[in-house]
Amino acid sequence: MSTPTIFTSGLEGKSDLIVTYDPAAPFEVVVESSVKKLFGRHIHERAEKTLQEFNVSKGRLAIKDDGALDFIIAARIEAVLRKAGVAKPLPFSPVNRTPTEKDRLRRSRLYLPGNQPDLMLNAGLFGADSLIFDLEDSVAPDQKVDARILVRRILGEAHRLFPGSELIVRVNPLTGPFGYEDLHEIVPALPHLLLLPKCDGEHDVKEADREVTAIEREFGLQGRVMFMPLIETVKGTVNAQAIAQATGRNVALCFGAEDFTRDLGVPRTREGKETLAARSQIVYAAKVAGIQAIDTVFSDVGDDQGLLQSSLEAKSLGFVGKGVIHPRQIALVHQAFAPTAAEIEEARKIVEAMQKAVETGAGVVALGSKMVDAPVAERARQVIALAKQLGLPGVEGL
Amino acid sequence: MHWVENALGRKIPAEIDGRPLKPFRGAFQDQGGGRQAAPRVPLTTVPGRVDKVVGSWDELWRRLPLRDGMTVSFHHHLRNGDFIVNEAMRRLAERGLKDLVVAPSALFPVHDGLVELIRSGVISHVEGSMNGQVGVACSKGLMKKTAVLRSHGGRYRAIQDGDLKIDLAIIAAPAADVFGNANGVLGRSAFGPIGIAKADSLYADRVVVVTDNLVPFPCVPMSISGLHVDHVLTVDTIGDPTKIVSGTTKITRSPTQLQIAELAARFVEAAGIMRDGFSFQAGAGGMSLAFTKFLGERMAEKKIKASFVIGGTTQFLVDLLNRGLIDVVTDGQSFDLTAVQSLRDNPRHVEIDPFVSYCQHARGCFAHMLDVAVLGATEIDLDFNVNVNTHSDGLLLHGIGGFADAAAGAGCTIITAPSFRKRIPVLRERVTTVTAPGEVIDVVVTERGLAINPRRQDLLEKVQGKGLPLITLPQLMDQVHALTGIPESPRLGERPVAVIEWRDGSIIDVVRQVLD
Repeated sequence: MSTPTIFTSGLEGKSDLIVTYDPAAPFEVVVESSVKKLFGRHIHERAEKTLQEFNVSKGRLAIKDDGALDFIIAARIEAVLRKAGVAKPLPFSPVNRTPTEKDRLRRSRLYLPGNQPDLMLNAGLFGADSLIFDLEDSVAPDQKVDARILVRRILGEAHRLFPGSELIVRVNPLTGPFGYEDLHEIVPALPHLLLLPKCDGEHDVKEADREVTAIEREFGLQGRVMFMPLIETVKGTVNAQAIAQATGRNVALCFGAEDFTRDLGVPRTREGKETLAARSQIVYAAKVAGIQAIDTVFSDVGDDQGLLQSSLEAKSLGFVGKGVIHPRQIALVHQAFAPTAAEIEEARKIVEAMQKAVETGAGVVALGSKMVDAPVAERARQVIALAKQLGLPGVEGL
Repeated sequence: MHWVENALGRKIPAEIDGRPLKPFRGAFQDQGGGRQAAPRVPLTTVPGRVDKVVGSWDELWRRLPLRDGMTVSFHHHLRNGDFIVNEAMRRLAERGLKDLVVAPSALFPVHDGLVELIRSGVISHVEGSMNGQVGVACSKGLMKKTAVLRSHGGRYRAIQDGDLKIDLAIIAAPAADVFGNANGVLGRSAFGPIGIAKADSLYADRVVVVTDNLVPFPCVPMSISGLHVDHVLTVDTIGDPTKIVSGTTKITRSPTQLQIAELAARFVEAAGIMRDGFSFQAGAGGMSLAFTKFLGERMAEKKIKASFVIGGTTQFLVDLLNRGLIDVVTDGQSFDLTAVQSLRDNPRHVEIDPFVSYCQHARGCFAHMLDVAVLGATEIDLDFNVNVNTHSDGLLLHGIGGFADAAAGAGCTIITAPSFRKRIPVLRERVTTVTAPGEVIDVVVTERGLAINPRRQDLLEKVQGKGLPLITLPQLMDQVHALTGIPESPRLGERPVAVIEWRDGSIIDVVRQVLD
């Protein structure tokens, strides 16, 4: 097999561009664009600026654009130059990003394919608690470099594009050919979290921890990148406890049903009985480790009722959130994970009874005929806290 | 060329092709009065001697007074499935006619072939909406004379006033009888209402109904009355049914568009517009369908029933009608089979023409009864002026449709649009072309927030504190520019290639030639 002599990056489609680069040809920048009349000159300048950033002044760079924004243009050009071996990664520039909180609301995490800019641009507008830029399953092997660079660039625009969203990148497993390069490209751009797929045992998390620590040290990073191990194998489920406790970087355990059922060798059903035990095990492991548990995605975007049922069930099992694959799913998931009016009322009564007991110095707190013990009280306090956080009615004066 | 400035500060030629132009003075400045142009008195017919049917185009031409420079009109109910406009114009060209004025209510990409007839001088210009290559040809200055764009209501008015004098109206109908009674709901080419052709049938010098489905006399419903029809031409087929109506219309899947539609529906509820007996109009685009669906969900939840809607009708509107959430659908155009069938079979789904729905010369048209209209746009500017005709590169690619009429008429006019398309911002400091003035636009809804026209403090007060993401247009424009950059100005020539008429016939803007 001969090495390619022309390099390409980007996909045909809205808000993207296809860049081709021929290092052997005379120096030239050619722009073709569906928005040429309005942005032709601008795109040309942007392309030349990117070449200058990488100190490249040779070869033919051809752009076929369909309305891509500047950072996408820059990402695609960077990708071809790096694939052609004429450019090194840009020197590290410090990122100013507040680290995420361990117990933050994580009701919904929206998956975004890492090489599709059109889906990313408005992803911050739909109210998802977290956004996941995926470098793993939704990106074909020959597009991994493109996606990695695009996601790094988009993390640099996050303050404008996704203010308020928690930023997660799903990297490839370190056991495969892409994981380490993902970490080296992405960690310096300081995502809040890394979603680590296919965690089978504590070694997977510890290895990521070691590598990320090394990268953070190398760049003197102030922020601390947290982890969300994703358990999607039978082995991972059995080792959930060790995975959850493998590093202090962990904030949540996630479950992935699609790969899990394949691993188990059974079909995935709408009701999901085949994953019930695994999901419970993951919730328990997370609980013991003092981190959150987050459920898998519901893959039928058209089935609102199914999504609601699945979310309510996840909540009843002890999960605090679900993965979503379309923004339309967010509102229903949030609805499911919000405390109901009845739950708030019940919690309110418990909290008030406890306050009264403190005032009167009573040793035992009772509500009607039921005794309120410590776990019940703690649960009630959590419900009230969540209701307050979500601005729900019924918690006034508490 | 002598130019004057209209009330929006747009430069308007004092006259064009020898016709003096009336500059736009404001949305409601026209006082009416005066008299309409009278239609031609036909030759007296003898009882029992009705002989209208002709079996071929050649026979038809033999019976009609044809001349160079005449104005030929069409309706656009066959949309992109239409065979008749191309066929008629090709045959008129074969007869050596030239300088013809084509006056369709709208042209579609299926009519791109007319560009050749424009080049060769058979067609001097178009008075009507142009979607597709004819619009591009117009933009580039290929037409001998200046095109005129009117809204549906404005077209009806122009015909009544004699501004648009039609020599020959060619009305394609999926069902007609030997007398010329016709409707749009029967036959293999059924498309729904045929109301757009009503004015043509009442005022044109010669009226021809073309049908592929001659039914026994009398054809009922008789949406077009044979009393006004000179000839009935029978042909094999008037169009391609699969392109006339879609089997089903589809809601957008774009998360951004769904977000906008949802926000618009939330606004309508929060502003107190959605109350028992209210009325609305929303179009048939993917985003409007989503709006209709979301609004319907809110109506069902709150047990609120609308008195009437103006369609643009689709299965989604029919669904609300059938569920008792709408009392009456008044229908100007049907976009899918469900809508066509409902119009045919449901007595609470009624056909209307643009005189009823939109015309300024009516004593209060239905649009003036609307509580809310939800409409799309290509551009919006900081003064809330809206462009639906040209793109930011200057190309004339869309008609006005009912936009100006619904916007002017509705108690609350909402524009839904993404804040940028590809990288082109929808918010502009000044729109490329004004279709409707900011004084008739109340709310702009984008995925980045919702802007209320400062003129409407009442709406602002109603929705404040209700959790809606309110934003001003300058803020929105700055946000979008930070992402997209500021577009360059396209190269436009001095020459106006088209004028945009406001509903009263005054000129609200001109479209300039696009230079390469």
